[in-house]
Amino acid sequence: MPASAKRKGPSEPHAPEEAAKSRNGHAGHEVDPGLLLKFYRDMLLIRRFEERAGQLYGMGLIGGFCHLYIGQEAVVVGLQHALKDGDRVVTTYRDHGHMLACGMDPKGVMAELTGRRTGYSKGKGGSMHMFSREKNFYGGHGIVGASVPIGTGLGFAAKYTGSDAIAVTYFGDGAVNQGQVHESMNMAALWHLPVLYVIENNKYGMGTSVERASASKELFRVGCYAGVPGEQTDGMDVVAVHEAGRKAVDYIRSGQGPRILEMQTYRYRGHSMSDPAKYRSRDEVTRMRTERDPIDHAGRLLLAAGTVTEDKLKEIDREVRAAVAEAAEFAQNSPEPDPAELYTDVLVPA
Amino acid sequence: MAELTYREAVAAGIAQEMARDPNVVFLGEDVAAAGGVFKATVGLLEQFGPRRVRDTPISEQAILGAAMGAAMTGLRPIAEIMFSDFLAVCWDIVANEIAKTRYMTAGQVTLPLVIRTANGGGSRFGAQHSQSVENWAMAVPGLKVVAPSNPADVKGLLAAAIRDDDPVVFFEHKSLYAVKGEVPDGEHIERLGTAKVLRDGRDVTVLALAAMVPKALAAAERLAAEHRIEATVIDVRSLVPLDTETILREVVKTGRVATVEENPRLCGWGAEIASIVAEECFWDLDAPIVRITTPHVPLPSADNLEDATVPTVERIVATLRQAID
Ligand SMILES: Cc1ncc(C[n+]2csc(CCOP(=O)(O)OP(=O)(O)O)c2C)c(N)n1
Ligand SMILES: [Mg+2]
Repeated sequence: MPASAKRKGPSEPHAPEEAAKSRNGHAGHEVDPGLLLKFYRDMLLIRRFEERAGQLYGMGLIGGFCHLYIGQEAVVVGLQHALKDGDRVVTTYRDHGHMLACGMDPKGVMAELTGRRTGYSKGKGGSMHMFSREKNFYGGHGIVGASVPIGTGLGFAAKYTGSDAIAVTYFGDGAVNQGQVHESMNMAALWHLPVLYVIENNKYGMGTSVERASASKELFRVGCYAGVPGEQTDGMDVVAVHEAGRKAVDYIRSGQGPRILEMQTYRYRGHSMSDPAKYRSRDEVTRMRTERDPIDHAGRLLLAAGTVTEDKLKEIDREVRAAVAEAAEFAQNSPEPDPAELYTDVLVPA
Repeated sequence: MAELTYREAVAAGIAQEMARDPNVVFLGEDVAAAGGVFKATVGLLEQFGPRRVRDTPISEQAILGAAMGAAMTGLRPIAEIMFSDFLAVCWDIVANEIAKTRYMTAGQVTLPLVIRTANGGGSRFGAQHSQSVENWAMAVPGLKVVAPSNPADVKGLLAAAIRDDDPVVFFEHKSLYAVKGEVPDGEHIERLGTAKVLRDGRDVTVLALAAMVPKALAAAERLAAEHRIEATVIDVRSLVPLDTETILREVVKTGRVATVEENPRLCGWGAEIASIVAEECFWDLDAPIVRITTPHVPLPSADNLEDATVPTVERIVATLRQAID
């Protein structure tokens, strides 16, 4: 698409320049070393949690689907740190990282994955369907695209009640082609709803690459017609994600309406545990892991800034591993759901 | 006879019809290059090429809407909706458009299309990927509804659905994809709208569908071996049209009827059959009609909870024993 054509989009002021800048790796963004260390720890927690979930799945302790977030950690961590208490989050079935980033207890998440009564949904939800009202995390949805109108409603309610909360709505590159995404964007723009739409572009929807699924590769422009501004950000760079998130959140909280962030990211594992991912080359995956890993990147920044030592990073890894081990142990030692739960929570008791 | 899995029989049925009719096209999410998420359509892209076997974006409304438009002008599309739960995303096209077209056009436009979809539970996939929604489709006038229980029927009924001039919703059961069975060699086609008597017994007539069929058969064997109860087992196969002739004939013979249904209880397909039986042969019944169903709850994910929802062989045996003793 020629540059002049691009210029016509309402998303233009924020699009290519910033995308280019952030792809160069947070050039110009200063980040507080303490905050960067938090990013590092949060991302590592998700990584280690997901690795453990993968193992438990292999051991038959987790059944059904299990969609790992490995590789995409910078997206949710960078954005979560741009939010404040009370902001609402909704996402897809690839939800473990989002829950941990929202401050939900790894124990309760792991227990739900393993179908135990101590899980966030008492074993009724499973890996794709967990919620925490307390942490303002609204799921965990298995229907591709469904998070988008739901997040729009979270934003609507915030505005209606006069709260200054915003709603962050995550969905994938594949979900962009669902009709309900377009319906939602228009409604949010029409009503100036405080919604941040986050497209996690990990390059694939199951076995189909973005190239084979989307006529336009500029997913951030999905709200063009409705006038929802969008931009592309390097989702493997947690500092860039945080910076883009902060700006978008300020804009939305100031009452100017919704925005879109397209996060360029990558999932290292298959779509779910049962996917051998034959639709892409090993090389491609190896290249992303070795050259673009978001956690390595944050570690390098920390070391370069001289604020932490290798030893400190190793210590964080030990702490995180311990927390994950504790979660796994808790889950495995928890009893299975009470059979009577089968019939509860279908409707509000009379 | 060749032994095929249920999933191989899907591909075989589609291939048989695509080879015979160039108007048959096949579209869906990850159906071509990946061969389907359940690997039920492996080899079709290689055999028939990307013009006829097409991967789509994740856009169910566009998939079914496009299938309908293509069918209006004479193509015979087969559209896959990956999980039957996702029919809800495009139900408008199914219920308001596809089902009503022939009627609203006074027969000018028929829609020779097939919607294939993976239905049912037992895989720990949770509330949005495990439902048995055959009763949704059954509730809409203008659709044919088929749900095979074995590889031979998959191939034969799928072929029949593709050749049929009406829209057919074809429910494959995800827990049956790995099941093997004999499939006749050469062209194989079954008749839509026919139930099949799989086992003869004098005490009770058991009606089952899809994944409940092997369970009903296993339960019948146990009832015979352990309790001297002899059950007739019927594979209903087609909900619309419903083979009431076979069903009523077999019910009258035993004087007792039980349904084994995976759909949730309220308005499950067995409720309709129970009502027909009550109307048509009430005086031939020796006992109240029994329905064995999934309870009226969303499907939970945890092992023990899910195992307590979908009817099991044990539950069928216990319920029938109690009803007959
Ligand atoms: C409406 C609907 N259609 C299809 C699916 C099956 N499905 C689950 S995930 C997925 C791919 C989604 O890709 P994307 O939006 O890029 O998210 P990602 O899995 O990459 O995080 C598909 C096709 C579904 N769950 N819901
Ligand atoms: Mg994706």
